[in-house]
Amino acid sequence: MTVFIIRRLMQSVIVVLVMSFIVFVGVNIVGDPVEMMISDEATQEEREKVIKSMGLDQPWHVQYGHFVQGVAQGDLGKSFVYGEPALKIIVQRIPATFELALAALVMAVVIGIPLGVYSGLKPDGRLSKAIMAGSILGFSLPTFWVGLMFIMVFAVMLGWLPSTGRGDAVPFLGIDVSFLTMDGLSHLFLPALNLALFKISMVIRLARAGTREVALQDYIKFARAKGLSMRRVVLVHLMKNIMIPVVTVLGLEFGGLIAFSVVTETVFAWPGMGKLIIDSIQSLDRPVIVAYLMITVLIFVIINLVVDVLYSILDPRVRLQDVKS
Amino acid sequence: MSDVAANGGPADQDMVQRAKDAAVETPFQRFRRDFFESRVATVALAVLGVIVILALFAPWLAPTDPYDLAKVSILDAKLKPGAKSLDGMTYILGTDGAGRDLLSAIIYGLRISLGVGVMSGVVALCIGTAVGLTAAYFGGRIDSFIMRIVDIQLSFPAILIALILLVILGKGVDKIIVALVIAQWAYYARTVRGSALVERNKEYIEAAQCLALGHNRIVFRHLFPNCLPPLIVVGTIQTAHAISLEATLSFLGVGLPISEPSLGLLISNGFDFMLSGLYWISFFPGVALLITIVVINLVGDQLRDVLNPRLQK
Amino acid sequence: MNSAAPTLEVDNLQTHFFTKDGVAKAVDGVSFAVGRGEIMGLVGESGSGKSVTGFSVIGLVDPPGRVVGGRVMFQGRNLLDMDDEGLRRLRGNRIAMIFQDPMMTLNPVLRVETQMIETIQAHDASVSAADARVRARDALGQVGIPSPDERLKAYPHQFSGGMRQRVAIAIAFLNKPNLIIADEPTTALDVTIQGQILYEAQKLCRETGTALIWITHDLAVIAGLADAISVMYAGRVVEQGKLGDVLDHPAHPYTRGLLGSVPGHNTRGQRLYQIPGMTPSLLKLPQGCAFRERCPRADQACADTPAITQPVPGRNVRCAHPYVDDASSGEGGAA
Repeated sequence: MTVFIIRRLMQSVIVVLVMSFIVFVGVNIVGDPVEMMISDEATQEEREKVIKSMGLDQPWHVQYGHFVQGVAQGDLGKSFVYGEPALKIIVQRIPATFELALAALVMAVVIGIPLGVYSGLKPDGRLSKAIMAGSILGFSLPTFWVGLMFIMVFAVMLGWLPSTGRGDAVPFLGIDVSFLTMDGLSHLFLPALNLALFKISMVIRLARAGTREVALQDYIKFARAKGLSMRRVVLVHLMKNIMIPVVTVLGLEFGGLIAFSVVTETVFAWPGMGKLIIDSIQSLDRPVIVAYLMITVLIFVIINLVVDVLYSILDPRVRLQDVKS
Repeated sequence: MSDVAANGGPADQDMVQRAKDAAVETPFQRFRRDFFESRVATVALAVLGVIVILALFAPWLAPTDPYDLAKVSILDAKLKPGAKSLDGMTYILGTDGAGRDLLSAIIYGLRISLGVGVMSGVVALCIGTAVGLTAAYFGGRIDSFIMRIVDIQLSFPAILIALILLVILGKGVDKIIVALVIAQWAYYARTVRGSALVERNKEYIEAAQCLALGHNRIVFRHLFPNCLPPLIVVGTIQTAHAISLEATLSFLGVGLPISEPSLGLLISNGFDFMLSGLYWISFFPGVALLITIVVINLVGDQLRDVLNPRLQK
Repeated sequence: MNSAAPTLEVDNLQTHFFTKDGVAKAVDGVSFAVGRGEIMGLVGESGSGKSVTGFSVIGLVDPPGRVVGGRVMFQGRNLLDMDDEGLRRLRGNRIAMIFQDPMMTLNPVLRVETQMIETIQAHDASVSAADARVRARDALGQVGIPSPDERLKAYPHQFSGGMRQRVAIAIAFLNKPNLIIADEPTTALDVTIQGQILYEAQKLCRETGTALIWITHDLAVIAGLADAISVMYAGRVVEQGKLGDVLDHPAHPYTRGLLGSVPGHNTRGQRLYQIPGMTPSLLKLPQGCAFRERCPRADQACADTPAITQPVPGRNVRCAHPYVDDASSGEGGAA
């Protein structure tokens, strides 16, 4: 187990290094950072000053060295727009994004798994067919458009829920969260559902496919032949087997939720990292863009690592293989 | 051996008869029959056909040319669905903020959305297939190296990769296609490699190798055809993804430029009007996008069911 | 056979599968009885309906299959009239089952311990987990699993196939059932392991008085194990009687053919008999006797479904032309 974690950790470090290189090459060599930084009317003198101050007159590997050094020290430059360290601005926005993504994840599990298991157990039922039709729709609906429609129907036409922004936040374990206040919840509901829609469909399908496959296994029939109640057969014997792929995928999808929050946050003006990156792209705030990419890469690598470890804990067969190898 | 066969004469005849029964239907005919067994899939395929025709022949089928400045009048702006223009034409789906016929704009938008989606899908499919087959056929270090890259890329969502690339590359049709290809090739590579690995270990490939056939011949004549069914399914679904992704990126303002008004851009343009109650400018392009993606997904789903040997009864 | 009321009495059981291509009569009028401590072999080729018969008894036939007729009498009640909860209380408690593939019957993600304890607690919630664990451990010991205390904590994949089948048998005997239905429990195992499993099962049945229905396609297994035998073909029992009688003097042409195709030490050098033709699809069975197209004795009379007769006392045969006068076992029917 330890060997496994160490090996995965090393792999993660390599991924972070490679991604930092790609981001660096992308932003500094493919794109022209000088173009990104200064206006078209800048004089040649100003231009050279900027190049010098950014170290762009040095060979690329030296530049990369500086870049990595900066990243390692948590120094990703100052935002042109906010005038503060880029990293600080991003970190301030993380709780809002995580709150949104977590709320969506919870919705996906709470709604998706029961519906999926049900439609897997009764694949020919009318309700199951409705669930499946719904999940195809959920898969196909473009997130941003659904977000717009949510705002139009629930905020503009019905006036039930606020259209944009984040509600009142209160500190919880040292982090400002909004889901503990009514105002916060009412602001959270629509964006979280919007973000969750795709994942709900996915969980339904995974749970359904898993249920259909597992339900045919001999061990399920054997469990029934042992006289276990349907409840126990489904909740213990079946669920434990389908949860392995569902948890794995969901864990990996948490990253997807953070990535897709770019869309939802833009639609609902949710003050998280996603809205920040789009704003920064529009205002060419390069340090923030780079910082966002690096932080996101880091978040992803950590998520993947955690999922892998969780997976090996959940499935005893994987654990055994690891002991052997 | 022959004695036994002679002894079981009736069995032989029976088998011959069964073989004849089976031979009456070619695999393609069976596929067609299975596919059209689902009414939903049949309708979806028909709708998809209509959409493709609309997109291909947009200039001839659209009521007006929405981008012909001479014909667009700002006086017609923001008309409700069903309203009449000054020169007596009915705007079935209304007009947008600049007075363009929304129906025509949608048909032209479909052309761009489908074009970008299909183009990026085809290129990604070719690259992914080549990489996947290489990995599966040669195995060993080549395989683990390629698959490591694929796995790492797949651990990042496509939208994030496309977003990063577009930040670096900037806007444009060519750029978004490049971004979508890079964001998608790994899905194809993984699919092809997975099914090719299964096929590779079957005896007919071993037989082909024993015949000392060339690598190219084995890979393309033997391995590739057997990987086609999953590839078709993934290709269909990925194309729907690509269309959705392009619309999303364009909506975010990092995809296509204003000069290429895809469905995503149309929706984005209507966003500003929506809060003041002019719902149709965003709504109808969204419905068009939704229908396109739904029918492609439905066709893909049915293909999956029909082509999946495990689900065949 | 036992003179007292039999443990299980199946009468004219009918289970049909309602498929897209038509109705398959997987079990079509099967009757048999098993007494206390008795072992009955239910023999047939794959697709003859023997497994479906077993599942029908405990109400575990999956759709599109459905029991459409007959009676299954157990402890004075007809199981076919019982509701789901009533059947659940019997399953694993009074009637247990052992499945074919031991690699598949234990849940891969639950400890053996969990899977045994839940079997006890499902039928008697008052048993504490600790007591149930003790019983589970003893049961593992009884089927010959070394250091059962440690093995309880293991997961199924840490056992070999034979060991897993022993665990499955231990689970079956856990609640001291009156009847066990074993569906080809040794087919997936090595021959040497087969012998051990047979021995364990037989021993436990004799000790506890549990009746056993042993479903198999392998006559050799039955020959060393059972008291009585029922031979199935295409959903019907074609011959039924005491083991020795049937094996020595098969009356039905199919039984004869089956026995004739078993290699033995005295058939060396001779060509083995094979029954001509193939098992017919259940969807298009021939009219009348299902075996008539492959039968050396078939004639016009076989176009009507033959009734069950008793050409020899204590023997039920479903055939218009049984071999009755023939006292010797013949040359395996290879005429």
